[in-house]
Amino acid sequence: MVMAQTEKIPDLIGKSVPRIDVREKVTGAAIYADDIQFGKKLLYARVKRSPYPHALIKSIDTSKAEALPGVKAVVTGKDFPNRIGLYLKDKHIFALNRVRFVGEPVVGVAAVSEEIAEQALELIDVEYEVLEAVTDAVYGATPEAPIIHPKLGEYEVPNFIFPQPGTNISNHFKIRKGDTEAAFKECAAVVEKTIRVPHVQHVPIEPHVAIAQMDETGKVTLWASSQSPFAQRNLIAKTLGISQSDMRVIAPYVGGGFGCKAGVTMEAIPVAIATKVPGYPVKFRLTREEEFYTNFVRQGLTIKLKVGCDADGNLLAMENTMYWDGGASTEYGVNITRAGGYSSTGPYDIPNVKTDSLCVYTNHPIGGAYRGFGMSELHAGIGQVMDELANEIGMDKVEFHLKNVVQGGDTLATGMKMHPTGLSKCIEKVADAIEWGKKSPPSAPNKRRGKGIALMWKAPAMPPNPGSSAWVEFAEDGTVVVGVGGQEIGQGAFTVAAQMAAAALGVPMDWVRIAGPLDTQYSPYEWQTVASRLTWSMGNAVKRAAEDARQQILDMVAEAWDENVDDLDIVEGKVVSYKSERDISLKNIVIYGIPKENDQGWIGGPIIGRGKFMPTYVTGLDKETGQGQRAVVHYTTGAQALEVEVDLETGKIDVINAVSAFDMGRAINPDLVHMQMEGGFVQGLSSAIFEEMMLKDGYMQNPSFVDYRIATTTDIPKKMTTIIVEEPQDDGPWGARGVGEHPMVPTIAALANAVYDAVGVRLDGPPYSAERVYMAMLKAGVVK
Amino acid sequence: MAHHTITLTVNGETEVVTVPAHMTLLEMIREELALTGTKNGCASGECGACTVLFNGEPVNSCMVLAVEADGATVTTVEGLAHDHQLDPLQEAFVESGAVQCGFCTPGMLISSKALLLRAPNPSDDEIREALVGNLCRCTGYVRIVDGVKKAVKIAAQSEE
Ligand code: FES
Ligand code: FES
Repeated sequence: MVMAQTEKIPDLIGKSVPRIDVREKVTGAAIYADDIQFGKKLLYARVKRSPYPHALIKSIDTSKAEALPGVKAVVTGKDFPNRIGLYLKDKHIFALNRVRFVGEPVVGVAAVSEEIAEQALELIDVEYEVLEAVTDAVYGATPEAPIIHPKLGEYEVPNFIFPQPGTNISNHFKIRKGDTEAAFKECAAVVEKTIRVPHVQHVPIEPHVAIAQMDETGKVTLWASSQSPFAQRNLIAKTLGISQSDMRVIAPYVGGGFGCKAGVTMEAIPVAIATKVPGYPVKFRLTREEEFYTNFVRQGLTIKLKVGCDADGNLLAMENTMYWDGGASTEYGVNITRAGGYSSTGPYDIPNVKTDSLCVYTNHPIGGAYRGFGMSELHAGIGQVMDELANEIGMDKVEFHLKNVVQGGDTLATGMKMHPTGLSKCIEKVADAIEWGKKSPPSAPNKRRGKGIALMWKAPAMPPNPGSSAWVEFAEDGTVVVGVGGQEIGQGAFTVAAQMAAAALGVPMDWVRIAGPLDTQYSPYEWQTVASRLTWSMGNAVKRAAEDARQQILDMVAEAWDENVDDLDIVEGKVVSYKSERDISLKNIVIYGIPKENDQGWIGGPIIGRGKFMPTYVTGLDKETGQGQRAVVHYTTGAQALEVEVDLETGKIDVINAVSAFDMGRAINPDLVHMQMEGGFVQGLSSAIFEEMMLKDGYMQNPSFVDYRIATTTDIPKKMTTIIVEEPQDDGPWGARGVGEHPMVPTIAALANAVYDAVGVRLDGPPYSAERVYMAMLKAGVVK
Repeated sequence: MAHHTITLTVNGETEVVTVPAHMTLLEMIREELALTGTKNGCASGECGACTVLFNGEPVNSCMVLAVEADGATVTTVEGLAHDHQLDPLQEAFVESGAVQCGFCTPGMLISSKALLLRAPNPSDDEIREALVGNLCRCTGYVRIVDGVKKAVKIAAQSEE
């Protein structure tokens, strides 16, 4: 392992260089998937969707649609009988025999225009036999609930997911550590609480779009707004029975992902249809309405917590039961359940832990990855019970947190040893910045002010062995082209990759280009752009590729100059010798090599550096106890503190001041880190105050921007502070680990705690809308 | 299907286009003129990604029919820079870090442009008010508001 602490940090690392994609983006030149031009042969796909949450398909009659002029293909589930799924293979591209949520694709149509495709859908008759729907995960887990996947036992599943055939439970993750029952008897204070976190939607401003084409030889190309071109290549190819090398995915800039463009969402649909119309590109884009109700969601959670401490405020025990509303099938849900399970204590050191994290099939939309991967939902509960427990025991909350947070060297609930972490520093910094303990007067007599604090941790949730790779090549003028397979989804991944390559090579930042768009035919393999793993994992691969190229260059020059490699360096794009004080530009030599003296031949040749990284140390966890050597690669930690003002007459919450501090090991580009903290916080705030998919009997009631409100310019706090804490990661590039998702994780609890401090009420979960806050104050007698 | 031939000025160029009656201005800009900088985020007037200047006013181009643009002057994000020289707003967005995924950016820039055309030195609240119809999921808006303020400064400097 690289010892980050002892390595020299190049000047470019820790420098806020501007994004390398920004000029394209402000001029309108940046290309997104929907911008690619396909010419006159382009067909448009539309999908007939299930109108029921749960039903059997009795018959499908597509004959009238097929006869409509302009219609080129009509497909149903029978055309693609193989199952697909990232972890648990439990769904079909188009429903086969049974529909499990409102909006599930049943029939696909491709036509010469979107209008004709829509008309064709109207001509399709589907007969259903309606079944009882499961619309509550807690009920869904009981033996009384109707079974949504009778064939669960037959599904292909990796060895770290534990489905229970004969039930609706698609994964049950357990931790059994110590003896909670005995420990609760020792506690001076115990808090029990149930929190419900509703479904929310990702709402990228760019809706999903994918275009697929099969050529006459059977090779398929997919252009998609995608966080996971390689995973899509693999899963779609397997499901359709073609070789991965005959399936090419091209993924230009993504207009916002947040997890919803990870795994396979709707991309398989145009591919499936394209296989029926060779030679034609088939475009499928979701309407905003479809984006809301048919796309993967952040699944709902019901979390039941019991936590206790001794008279000095030392945490002794926690019981945590989580019911994840996984929806109709589970692309990511089963692994979110697992992540929620192994991280179920939050960033606290608790000796006795009992956790049951259950992923439950319901007739709701499918649970996907959403920025935070279960951690926002989990911490909505953890953050509040810790606040209440500190209250119960009569201890200052900051003091309580500092006393109980995990530290490097602690044994976590899974048995893993915690690495060094800057969490205590984060707590101190946010407490300081928010002036913890000081009450400021409200701006009007009908208002009340309060402060709240909440912590978080999150590990990248992945299979044990997700790989990254990278290459580094040069142009004649010495400029560098870096090949990566990780995606630029707005977080700045390309900028950071370029920065790392420049730093490791010793060239100026503006010499580096990223080879884009991502193309599985040319780009090096990357598992997926998820889990806040790119800076760390892809970063390692890029750094190694650049170092490899650097070594090749130095070897070549050393041979040409007859010097020792150790005396050479690359500085600002020139190879320099500290011994002979000679120098030579990288220009030309990186392609053509260096001529020997007296025209006696050449040394070197085109330089190509390669690098890879894959964690090799993550172990399995016991099915019954959740115990194992090392559950995860690492945890990024952080804290948030808010000051709010609540209007007693309306219930409206104003956030007056918001402070975030996170420990990302090393901020490669501090400005980009601050941008993640700001944007993430506002997304968290939006989810805490406004957002909820209103699901009634399985139907979403508010599938539009008008009815599903997200934060706008007028909702953001006037004052926002973001703080960087750096406790280096032993195997991160220059000590870095990810921070993309984390900033929104503690926000629900921080807000809830601040509101409690202001007016003494808590809701049973978000959103803290004015109306719901007002009703709660009314009920508690705070207002009349 | 009824088609109409219309004449309009887009980013200073005269365009003559034949469009079906139901085609929106957004579709025409993106598909007929291949100016794909203007984005489609909802096609229902709710996100602002498709904002263009229409005779100097910001409009959601997804809510305007192409035929209504007959005789109009339209500016899209591609029309902001001149001779490779960025507009002060574009420059300011670059410097402020107002861009992440960039999908809202064209609409944000155009709405900001419209604001600065009518209020060359807007207050914080005016900026927030002017951009309330432009959704951004990435940035948390702080740096976008900063960007508009910075543009005012850049424009003032270049006039000196
Ligand atoms: S696309 Fe026009 S307002 Fe959203
Ligand atoms: S930068 Fe992504 S939506 Fe605004």
